[in-house]
Amino acid sequence: MAAKRKGKIVKISGNMVIVETGDFIVQNEVAYIIHGQERLKCEVIRIRGNKAETQVFENTAGLKIGEEVEFTDELLSVELGPGLLGQIFDGLQNPLPSVAEQCGFFLKRGVYLKALPDEKEWDFRPSRKAGEKVRAGEKLGFVPEKIFQHYIMVPFGLKGSLEIINIAEPGKYNLRQPIAKLKDQEAKVHEVFLKQSWPIKVPIQAYTEKLKPGEPLVTKMRLIDSLFPVARGGTYCIPGPFGSGKTVLQQLTSRYAEVDIVIIAACGERAGEAVETLKTFPELIDPRTGRPLSERTVIMVNTSSMPVAARESGVYTAVTIAEYYRQMGLNVLLLADSTSRWAQAMREMSGRLEEIPGEEAFPAYLESRIASFYERAGVVRLNDGSLGSLTIGGTVSPAGGNFEEPVTQATLKVVSAFHGLSRERSDARRYPAIDPLISWSKYKSFIDEIQVNRGHEILRKSYEVIQMIKVIGEEGISLADFIGYLKGEFFDFVYLQQNAYDPVDEATSAERQKYIFAFIYNNILEPQFAFEGKEKARQFFQSLRQQFRGWNSSAWESKEFKEIEKEISAIIEESLVKQEKVSA
Amino acid sequence: MHKLYTHIIQIAGDVITVEAEDIGYTDIAEVTTKQGISLAQVIRLDGKKVSLQVFAGSRGISTGDKVRFLGHPMQISSGDDLLGRIFNGSGQPLDKGPALSQNLIGIGGPPVNPIKRIIPNKMVHTGIPMIDVFNSLVESQKLPIFSIAGEPYNELLARIAIQAKIDIIILGGMGLKYDDYLFFRDTLEEHGSLARSIFFIHTAADPIVECLLVPDTSLAVAEDFALKGKRVLVLLTDMTNFCDGLKEISITMEQVPSNRGYPGDIYTQLAARYEKAVDFDGAGSITILAVSTMPGDDVTHPVPDNTGYITEGQFYLKNKVIEPFGSLSRLKQLVNGKTRADHRTIMDTMIQLFASYRETLEKQTMGFVMSAWDRKLLHYGRRFEKEMMSLEVNLSLEKALDLGWEILAECFNPEETAIKKSMVEEYWPKK
Repeated sequence: MAAKRKGKIVKISGNMVIVETGDFIVQNEVAYIIHGQERLKCEVIRIRGNKAETQVFENTAGLKIGEEVEFTDELLSVELGPGLLGQIFDGLQNPLPSVAEQCGFFLKRGVYLKALPDEKEWDFRPSRKAGEKVRAGEKLGFVPEKIFQHYIMVPFGLKGSLEIINIAEPGKYNLRQPIAKLKDQEAKVHEVFLKQSWPIKVPIQAYTEKLKPGEPLVTKMRLIDSLFPVARGGTYCIPGPFGSGKTVLQQLTSRYAEVDIVIIAACGERAGEAVETLKTFPELIDPRTGRPLSERTVIMVNTSSMPVAARESGVYTAVTIAEYYRQMGLNVLLLADSTSRWAQAMREMSGRLEEIPGEEAFPAYLESRIASFYERAGVVRLNDGSLGSLTIGGTVSPAGGNFEEPVTQATLKVVSAFHGLSRERSDARRYPAIDPLISWSKYKSFIDEIQVNRGHEILRKSYEVIQMIKVIGEEGISLADFIGYLKGEFFDFVYLQQNAYDPVDEATSAERQKYIFAFIYNNILEPQFAFEGKEKARQFFQSLRQQFRGWNSSAWESKEFKEIEKEISAIIEESLVKQEKVSA
Repeated sequence: MHKLYTHIIQIAGDVITVEAEDIGYTDIAEVTTKQGISLAQVIRLDGKKVSLQVFAGSRGISTGDKVRFLGHPMQISSGDDLLGRIFNGSGQPLDKGPALSQNLIGIGGPPVNPIKRIIPNKMVHTGIPMIDVFNSLVESQKLPIFSIAGEPYNELLARIAIQAKIDIIILGGMGLKYDDYLFFRDTLEEHGSLARSIFFIHTAADPIVECLLVPDTSLAVAEDFALKGKRVLVLLTDMTNFCDGLKEISITMEQVPSNRGYPGDIYTQLAARYEKAVDFDGAGSITILAVSTMPGDDVTHPVPDNTGYITEGQFYLKNKVIEPFGSLSRLKQLVNGKTRADHRTIMDTMIQLFASYRETLEKQTMGFVMSAWDRKLLHYGRRFEKEMMSLEVNLSLEKALDLGWEILAECFNPEETAIKKSMVEEYWPKK
């Protein structure tokens, strides 16, 4: 190989360093600044003449003009292979537990450890034979990783049809031992290992086609699943002011969502919250697998005090790992918290590059970056015909809680479901604090559409009546309107709100949601009630509410569940004059 | 030893530019002028041009003045010698004690590996019922006190400094009025708390750039103590001045402002400081309480807004009391379940009844007739305000909880409070 291309630092401003070189430069290639014993990673983000403008993934204190920089010719990449599950990485895929072992309390700059330990051996089982033809992304065999069969695939970057020259016998191999040799159409031979590397800013596209998301992704949160559903392979966003419960919502989703693998990208947020996930996930048992949650989770932590540039790469690292597992035919969920911090990292860099600023000083390419990130989600048909999905959910932290700001607006353009959190709801302790009046989803719920529409309608009605009450008082509105208001409040209270501290109520299965929603629709929302007065109506709904609370925390189809159901039916039956049902 | 440079080619705002070579980014230099010597920090390197922010301000600097680079980033002396002492932001003594040069540590050090943090689990007792009972402060928590000019936020910090059960107090003052500085010093001295305290003070009369150093210096020293196993409480006032300092420098450096003139990286800058709050796995802890005055009492102003996204809750200091509604310690659930069995009951019940009292007050001002229940609430509310909310109150958690029961029993029947029967049987004061 030719001698390494080198350059010298000519300008330093924050984490932006400009390097002058006599050689060629590759856009987005990785370079290392040589500072004494330290080697600091950076990425070329703009080229002007013979100057490479780089963003450094580390603190730049102490760097000097004239210090040497080595270019690597490689784009910023991640290692993909067995051993990712259960790991905790930073934005550059440094395994944080190993870093802690080596460096103690602090994150020392310039320390880059292997994401996947080379020497660890895995039990490889081939599924293909020598002489067979394969294409990029096709499975050659698997190794068991936690509860999954971790497929070893033909490197995604190889082109055309390849012939297997040889493939390893079943047995134990480490990450440095080749397990197959492939010959491409130009007779070039490629070795295949248990791991491969992939540039994080390029989507993995070794599949046949991308399909339209349809099947719902059950999060077990009633408000989301029933009214504002998310589809497998879809995208959604959760904007909300501080203190409205974004992170808690993400944590609940990561626990209960019905997917195979969850990738959590904690991006520029509080360390304390990441610590909670880090420390509790190994102890929480996944009800579906009976194994610790951490075994199906990969966590990417880049908290707000960690270097800004790595915040941006952390999001891409996470989505690349997510795509990798999708290639195995798994359903993957990526939760990014928060995309605003990522956008702010872009803004900081853009400012240092002295680019012409767009709205609120965000760069003009903000929208296209956000769009191309969310576009990496999707359901895909793999080369062997099986399906895999990647769902992306991102939180947004709008400045001042105002949804008109650029990041929220750019995100809303590209996602297909919007779960807007409101301060009023969270102040009123209505959890989850997703505001049903402003949120929307383009996906189809597993609840009957007529019922869903009725649900939306009653919430709107109730809101209108509240506004009226504010102006003219309770006395001024008709009994019919008042009942509409009570129905809406009741629906909100017993169905949309969920108690995260109640072991039963915190997660509701799709089956139970269908049952309860239909029950509420048929027995409460649809029937017309006749009450003697507003006070009677209020009392009726209050007692119903009380009963429902108990119902919500009784186990599905238990004896208690059925008893409470009977009692509720009795209350409805007895205490009112039921008019004939109005058909929808 | 270190080379002197005398060619200052530009002075703009508090930023000077000299031509020099072999200078490290963020290194410190001494600028010698007619007025004396000031420290300055490298904030941009562009070929031979070195831009420095001068902590003492640029007024009176001549283009012929001397700049001597020290060859290292900002350092400060740390250790037990600092206890009871008062310094400025760059560690120069403001009291009559000697300058310190032992045990130098860097400031603005690397972030803590999240793996080495533990989930917070220890309460910080402050003796202030509105904090201890209703919004417990937790070790390693970072909490701002949102307030407006004229409110007694410095008095509150001083009380906490005197009363908090913690090993070491570090006070970082930014843009502090000289009176306030003297108030802090005298109050802590009077109550014998000065010996466990360290002050880093920047007063309103000092150049604004110097206040940029105060949080970093305070937190670097705090970190040094925490690594030695100490539980440190850092009190910062006022972070809005710090942000205004950042704003001034970034405008001088011709950076594109993002929101109301503040730089785009204000979130990162604030987070880098607040995230120093930590409970080390196997060492001590740092807890941060920081005053942020809200310009125009507007919580959506960039400073309180960005702060709110970083911190773990907030206290609102309004009308001279910690407002129970809106104030929130997000970590209180981690500790208030294991203090005393009745802690959460008292917390919930008293706040709910206080909310009813506020409603009654509203009704009263609108001229409604007061029912018997209303009168009970009014009586309760007044006692609550006087005996619990007032910042003058200094009670241990146990005593505050006992007082809570006493007030409830004097004002209501057990049924009216909706407290669980078992709790009533155990705790309701017998007459």
